[in-house]
Amino acid sequence: MLEVNNLKTQFKTPDGVVKAVDGVSFSLEPGETLGIVGESGSGKSVTALSIMQLNPKPPVQYPEGEVLFEGEDLLKASDRKMQRIRGDDIAMIFQDPMTSLNPVFTVGNQISEAVRIHQNVSKSEAKDRAVQALRDVGIPNPEERARDYPHQFSGGMRQRAMIAMGLACNPKVLIADEPTTALDVTIQAQILELMVDLQEKFGTAIIMITHDLGVVAQLADKVMVMYAGRAVEQSGTDQVFYDPLMPYSWALLRSLPRLDTAGDVRLLPIKGQPPSLIFLPEGCNFSPRCPFAKDECRTTDPSLEEKKPGHAAACILSIEEIEARKREADEELGIEGEMSA
Amino acid sequence: MSEQENARANGAASGGNILEARGLKMHFPIKAGVLRRTVGHVKAVDGVDLTVRRGETLGLVGESGCGKSTLARLILRLLEPTAGEVDFEGENIIGFDRKRMLSVRRNMQIIFQDPYASLNPRMTVGNIISEPLKTHSIEGDHKKRVRELLETVGLSPEHYNRYPHEFSGGQRQRIGVARAIALNPKLIICDEPVSALDVSIQAQVVNLLQDLQKEFDLTYVFIAHDLSVVKHISDRVAVMYLGKVVEIADRGGLYGEPRHPYTNSLLSAIPVPDPEKERERQRIVLTGDVPSPANPPSGCTFHTRCPRAQDYCKENEPGLEPQDGSQNGGMDSHRASCFFPVERGQKIEEPATTTPYRAEE
Repeated sequence: MLEVNNLKTQFKTPDGVVKAVDGVSFSLEPGETLGIVGESGSGKSVTALSIMQLNPKPPVQYPEGEVLFEGEDLLKASDRKMQRIRGDDIAMIFQDPMTSLNPVFTVGNQISEAVRIHQNVSKSEAKDRAVQALRDVGIPNPEERARDYPHQFSGGMRQRAMIAMGLACNPKVLIADEPTTALDVTIQAQILELMVDLQEKFGTAIIMITHDLGVVAQLADKVMVMYAGRAVEQSGTDQVFYDPLMPYSWALLRSLPRLDTAGDVRLLPIKGQPPSLIFLPEGCNFSPRCPFAKDECRTTDPSLEEKKPGHAAACILSIEEIEARKREADEELGIEGEMSA
Repeated sequence: MSEQENARANGAASGGNILEARGLKMHFPIKAGVLRRTVGHVKAVDGVDLTVRRGETLGLVGESGCGKSTLARLILRLLEPTAGEVDFEGENIIGFDRKRMLSVRRNMQIIFQDPYASLNPRMTVGNIISEPLKTHSIEGDHKKRVRELLETVGLSPEHYNRYPHEFSGGQRQRIGVARAIALNPKLIICDEPVSALDVSIQAQVVNLLQDLQKEFDLTYVFIAHDLSVVKHISDRVAVMYLGKVVEIADRGGLYGEPRHPYTNSLLSAIPVPDPEKERERQRIVLTGDVPSPANPPSGCTFHTRCPRAQDYCKENEPGLEPQDGSQNGGMDSHRASCFFPVERGQKIEEPATTTPYRAEE
């Protein structure tokens, strides 16, 4: 349904060209959830904004690639066409529900606006649809709360209202950009459960963008790990978590303090910091921080290749080499070979 | 961990608790109207008793607005409490004048959450780190000391003359750490020190804090909303809800056998990075939001969201009572404030079998 092929998104700045997204490909089927993980600045959000065509233009450029939605390339679509698709076929939920709701309109008003733009309905019908959408996301007294302004809602309720707005037109694809990062864990659990329920009910495909590997493990069917604008590992969720083939994904899992282990294992930090997107390191982008890097890594730029069936990783090391290095490092850390992921 | 345990044993030998808070309350007035009359109070911290042992790390967790950060500021006396006492090294510091407070602050420092807001952008790194040395009129070569400190926290001594904007988030937090340890304090309050950092950088700072603790025999109060980080770094953990400590235990007890329904639901709400475990997990999803601390519910403040709540909980307020029968009443025991605590091996949805102990009396 949605297919992204070799997407490249660049921003021209006075300091040079920022390659925010550099050749990302993935596809999404109805009812499926794709998790995109990576650190800040890895290109997760820009990928989402490129699909929605919401990057500021200029300075954005799309020198290569295509975003096919039901066969049509959105990168070439007119503004009018995009306006029809946005909010109707593809909707997006943003991280911060306070700044993404308009403070001077009521919540009901903002949701019915989306309905009225996309569907040929009367004002009162749109209002009813907004109330129904608020009811769907579990807001108590939706008739009354629809007349409230965003500041009268708590953080969790605002995020519910955002989801209600996103789902008001029954989109085929819902892009959620860190939807729970600003929320407390008990509220996060509510919101994630809500998203799963709504997905089952409406068959929506979800792109879940997050830095929280736990959220991905909970929701995603497949995962794309991003680093410095590129997809460095792509596969089913289980493969990436139990058998990471790119040293970055492996190191990320090892650097996390975890709730489900004894807690005495020393964390293995990833040294250094993510690179500047203007001055990328030579060879593999991750090589200056990679615990497994060899000399060749600093000169050869790896491409994303299928290493095992359905499991692609961008690393020049062979599977045998990676497995051996993972085992060595785990022994050094004192982790039993059986420790799950 | 054995070093940490040794440190704790040594600490116990040299006089047990470094810090003791008794009945701490902070009620912020709500003012309204033309005359700015007080119309109510936000009970940010509402009766907290807490002890911190020498050499240990006490984790303090809870959702936003539960009073963790206010409690930290009360301990440091950056806020004047409405009621209660804070003993630091056996002396009640509430009521100390400026001069005596200055000498106390030499031994208690804080690391803030936001490494962007807590460093003055117009000061060089050298000046930022040497400021506490000047404030406390420490003699000696400040420049040399700062260079040592920069090296200790994993930065290069050449960074002395740079400004904060030249550093990344993780590096800035290292500068904050260097400033906090400049005076060789005994106690450091870490207020969400890694929450603003990327996951791969978090581990660097957590490891640094653990190394410094071993090297300088530091005691930490580690505040965070991330229960995984707290589990990793803490010896004991206290859980706060609406201005009160609702459960406190050593790490194994709190994460292994949480008794309070709130702790149980908090732990079950956190997704773990393991798809198989996630598929099998039963989540306790709490309904509703945290009530306003300006108007907390009657009785047990958690009863509005608690899956086990009964009528009794609405009328009576539970105390922080020892849970493990063997050690009764000691400050070391596993304590929770709940009339119907979750028993070992019991599920939270199962009806409580215990009767309210206060009703028996």
